[in-house]
Amino acid sequence: MSTETFLPGPDLVAAALPTTLFRFATAGSVDDGKSTLVGRLLHDSKAILADQLDAVARTSADRGFGGEGATGTKAIDLALLTDGLRAEREQGITIDVAYRYFATDRRSFILADCPGHVQYTKNTVTGASTADAVVVLIDARKGVLEQTRRHLSVLQLLRVAHVIVAVNKIDLVDFSEDVFRGIEADVQQVGRELGLGRDGVADLRVIPVSALDGDNVVDRSERTPWYDGPALLEVLETLPAADELESHLESFRLPVQLVIRPQGALAPDAVAGGLDPEAYRDYRAYAGQITEGSVKLGDQVSILTPGQAPRTTAVTGIDFAGRELAEAAAPQSVALRLADEFDVARGDTIAAAGTIREASADLYAALCWLSPKPLREGAKVLVKHGTRTVQALVRNVTGKLDLASFGLEPTSTLELNDIGHAQLRLSAPLPLENYLHHRRTGAFLVIDPLDGSTLAAGLVKDHPGDHEDERYSI
Amino acid sequence: MSNLSTTTTVTTAFAADAAPAPSLDGNAASSMPSSYGRPDATPGAASAAPALRSARLSSLDTLESEAIHIIREVVAEFEKPALLFSGGKDSVVMLHLATKAFWPGKVPFPVLHVDTGHNFPEVIDFRDRTVERLGLKLVVGSVQDFIDSGELAERADGTRNPLQTVPLLDAIQRNKFDAVFGGGRRDEDKARAKERILSLRDEFGQWDPRNQRPELWNLYNGRHTVGQHVRAFPISNWTELDVWRYIERENIELPGLYYAHDREVFARDGMWRAVGEVSQPREQEEVITKTVRYRTVGDMSCTGAVESAAATVRDVVIEVAASTITERGATRADDRISEAAMEDRKKDGYF
Repeated sequence: MSTETFLPGPDLVAAALPTTLFRFATAGSVDDGKSTLVGRLLHDSKAILADQLDAVARTSADRGFGGEGATGTKAIDLALLTDGLRAEREQGITIDVAYRYFATDRRSFILADCPGHVQYTKNTVTGASTADAVVVLIDARKGVLEQTRRHLSVLQLLRVAHVIVAVNKIDLVDFSEDVFRGIEADVQQVGRELGLGRDGVADLRVIPVSALDGDNVVDRSERTPWYDGPALLEVLETLPAADELESHLESFRLPVQLVIRPQGALAPDAVAGGLDPEAYRDYRAYAGQITEGSVKLGDQVSILTPGQAPRTTAVTGIDFAGRELAEAAAPQSVALRLADEFDVARGDTIAAAGTIREASADLYAALCWLSPKPLREGAKVLVKHGTRTVQALVRNVTGKLDLASFGLEPTSTLELNDIGHAQLRLSAPLPLENYLHHRRTGAFLVIDPLDGSTLAAGLVKDHPGDHEDERYSI
Repeated sequence: MSNLSTTTTVTTAFAADAAPAPSLDGNAASSMPSSYGRPDATPGAASAAPALRSARLSSLDTLESEAIHIIREVVAEFEKPALLFSGGKDSVVMLHLATKAFWPGKVPFPVLHVDTGHNFPEVIDFRDRTVERLGLKLVVGSVQDFIDSGELAERADGTRNPLQTVPLLDAIQRNKFDAVFGGGRRDEDKARAKERILSLRDEFGQWDPRNQRPELWNLYNGRHTVGQHVRAFPISNWTELDVWRYIERENIELPGLYYAHDREVFARDGMWRAVGEVSQPREQEEVITKTVRYRTVGDMSCTGAVESAAATVRDVVIEVAASTITERGATRADDRISEAAMEDRKKDGYF
């Protein structure tokens, strides 16, 4: 019987207070103990509720996972906390990205738990695309493997703001500082080769942990006295989120999702109940989510309609469901009113004046190929960018990234888990921006026009305007 | 197929619940006057706002903007969306977010309810009042009708929650809905933890968890062919506590049974069941009056109450923060049937 007795102490009242949101993902090879680490984070931060823990304890016992844990608690298979689907539990593997939620009194966390085997690139790219930070696991007994290099290079490509390498199973190397320092040096070397941790674009830190026993996961461990850094959760609680890092660096962008125009007196039923239809007769606002930067009342903005030269006007209103804001920033969803009555529609972009270049029908990009159906030159695909979807022709594939050497090797096709470079010709121009500087407006999807499946994650390499010479040469 | 980049203008839409919400920082915004076109009509609105650059959005603000973005995307890209509305807290929050997404227009889609015939009367009443207040169209799929016509059979345990799938798929097909908003959250269940924000369903309404589209950045791929539809989950990333904190912040009305009240109950399957027309105690089950509340409001025949003195939304927020048992574990008999109960129902087309 669920008799929930509770005495709201100060920590509970704090738990009910507003926190900020932080998204992170985990990546690792098979058997690096990733599910166990995630289970440990959830368990030790008390995100696992009694009934879930009971179920896991029962299953653990059924499977003969037993004995006493190092911390004296009854050992349970923490990996069972994260394996959601029947096939995953039956096969003891994690198939798909799973999302987990937990909170401390500082932050609410969204964790994208990305499985490490077969479709590791697909899963890592998916998890990293929305992550403020990614935790990469390494087995302390194995050190930096080829897959570690692959993971780190994907994170560099996707421009993840913070990379944390957790050297797991440190208990199995007797908490050896020498082993840890060796791996740490290897990781930093890979980071330097990749350009991780440079120019404040991404930072890279290395932590010795034991997911099974909990060392340096939530609390600092006494068994690694030579490590004076913070535990993993402390790092996650204090890192700045990507929007926080970037909002002052980046120029305002808002891809228009739809036009809100209730038409007031002409169509009184279209105005929300309780509002005077007459007052909203001429209301017209452009709704969308701010992808980067911030906007203030009175700011000059450029409207970029693909195929037209940018038009400039001023922001006269920033509406949020009946409230008028003086300023808004990424990632807020707002509706903007503008001084001039331009024809603005879904697919247009509103940007800080003078900061956006003309739309282009030539696309030069890195593609993370996520489909078993390979990419061939000459293929016709769909490209979804911001709030627009257009047809595209794959003109050529210019190379495939060798994730071990980080070099580009020639190829004319891309297969599942490949990352390559390609040139595409679009049926209509798009407001493309370099992913390096614009994590949202530089990203796109490649979609199969036949069955609608997502074929690739695309990152705009550089603005096509930088390729004037070769634009017509191929 | 959904369209290539279309121009979408929302010309219909609706009543913001207009509960004055706290602003980002508590004081930056003012109520929108009817003279929306003159920002100077609200002196101080601009000057009172501190620079957002240095301020962090709260997790609720971030989740709210994410949900509004998803709702607007679906409305822009689909021909005929509908919102699954049960009167339960998650669907009430989702509808509230839709009112905010299209303000000052009306919500531009109907709401759909699958009535098990075992609903709490006060929840049906709340549903009807909400639909009336917002001027929405309500589409009802009835489990009872399907049982009466012999297309569905009553289960031995009397639970009707799993029976909702057939009327749901029928209503989707009959009304040609190509996208249906659901209030499912990933923290509810381990199968739901693997659900996408936009989730494709085949001609049979089935979910194929091993063959889902990767979801990248905030770009949602909703392409589908004739007969397929998409389920959209705008509050995927919300937890039970987020939902309650948002209900408190936005002053959102809920059916009264979410708050502590005295009710005649009896114990069954480790839960308190309400005494009602379709929920009668067996001989040895003793009826007593207890102060209870509901954490979920589903079918009366499988939804249990928890003992609670939480009579206000603030009390509930604190209770949920302190809770050691998940809401489904505490109150849903249908999710206790097996380890994969939710996964099996979802594969068949359940939400």
